[in-house]
Amino acid sequence: MDWVAFWLSIKLGIFTVLLLLPLAMFAARWLSTAQFPGKSLLEASLAVPLVLPPTVVGYYLLVGLSNDSFIGRWLVELTGHGVVFHFSGLLIASMIVNIPFAVQPMQRAFEAIPQEIRDAAACCGMSRWRQLLTVEIPLAWPGMLTALVLTFAHTLGEFGVVLMVGGNLPGETRTIAISIYDRVQAFDLEAAGQMSLILLIFSVAVLAIANSLSRRLLKPGMKQGMRSHV
Amino acid sequence: MRRLLHTIISLAFVLLSGFTTSAFAETVRIAAASDLKFALEKLADDYARATGHKLGLTFGSSGLLATQILHGAPFQLFLSADESYVAELSAAGKTLDAGLLYALGRLVLIAPKGGRLVPDAELQGVAAMLKSANPGRFAIANPEHAPYGKRAEEVLRARGLWQDLQPYLVLGENVSQAAQFATSGSAQGGIVALSLVKTPQVESRVNYVMLPDTLHQPLRQRMVLMKNAGPVARDFYRYLQQPAARAVFQRYGFELPQEPH
Repeated sequence: MDWVAFWLSIKLGIFTVLLLLPLAMFAARWLSTAQFPGKSLLEASLAVPLVLPPTVVGYYLLVGLSNDSFIGRWLVELTGHGVVFHFSGLLIASMIVNIPFAVQPMQRAFEAIPQEIRDAAACCGMSRWRQLLTVEIPLAWPGMLTALVLTFAHTLGEFGVVLMVGGNLPGETRTIAISIYDRVQAFDLEAAGQMSLILLIFSVAVLAIANSLSRRLLKPGMKQGMRSHV
Repeated sequence: MRRLLHTIISLAFVLLSGFTTSAFAETVRIAAASDLKFALEKLADDYARATGHKLGLTFGSSGLLATQILHGAPFQLFLSADESYVAELSAAGKTLDAGLLYALGRLVLIAPKGGRLVPDAELQGVAAMLKSANPGRFAIANPEHAPYGKRAEEVLRARGLWQDLQPYLVLGENVSQAAQFATSGSAQGGIVALSLVKTPQVESRVNYVMLPDTLHQPLRQRMVLMKNAGPVARDFYRYLQQPAARAVFQRYGFELPQEPH
């Protein structure tokens, strides 16, 4: 059992969630009400990691972030090392492939909030920020939780991009999914089996907890909230 | 709820940052061809026991690793299964010098015990397999970027089997995956590195035969220090040239070059 790889995956998941979710929340809130030409195109480009082979994302990141590229050189100056084959590169890759998992559930949740509620809040003299914090986020909370769980779980499962951008460095970019692949090639089916089982149990547990949490949140909070507001 | 989440996240943070970064901050990273998987793990273990220095090993096909190094992967030492990739890196100015020939690799034909294919050096079993009604699969490493795959292709061409075998080939991403395919029972057999068979968990499961090295270009395995190599990597490079380390290479089926050069 490769615990270093397991914790690395968890760490990657946590960092991805912490960095991506706030940005995704503002994007989702904006997309839920904004109408402008080219909206479909923008939404399509945010969703494209869902259908694109991870190797395509991996290829563009490898070329785009490599130390010879423009962005890569800038990042080297900024961080003192290259980001490809480094945890930070993995984090960038992970944030990009998780955009649809973070944005879409939250966008749906914001869209589900009736316009009347926003109007009512505005009538009460709430500022946009206060509206967001005290009315919209509490109502969209199940969607945000879904986004969090999907992003986190998907990060644990990401393989192709990680292999291409990370390069299987123990303790740096060898995530649990890569470690399983590695162990199979080393004829160590026992360790691969153990890790697969742990990942399976962990993933089911995380999804189950999230489901029951969002159900509990939804029951008394949301319905009552809606009724009293509308 | 919010407080609970907050606690969990901060706890995880403390745990994780301590766990992964500190333990590996000083890791000396070594890239090695997949045929070295067992031999080099043993050597790195011995070295860690003798000196206390832990090494971070990454295995892959030599071509893939060389590409990663060209793109900035932080390896300090590269053990290739072939000379050409070392020469390429050297020409690109990534290496300290031209490196050192450390071993000659050998190919074997392997088949799972109890399978239909019985390995022979003439590859007659493979030819017979091709004539049968349901030939099944045959595994080699990807010749595009894995030296052992390239040499396996040469052997199959020399025996006149390459064309007929095309529809039945499965390509491992590296020679270790090819060996995994060949022994899994989902393929009839394959041509892989002798060094991957010379370990109990594989040897007990397969029949194998060495293939004559006259059928292919030699697998001249060269290692080289990168320009960023630190003292530990340099020391390990010297360690690999000592008689004890050379004996380990030999035990895993590598032939040793007459004199290091």
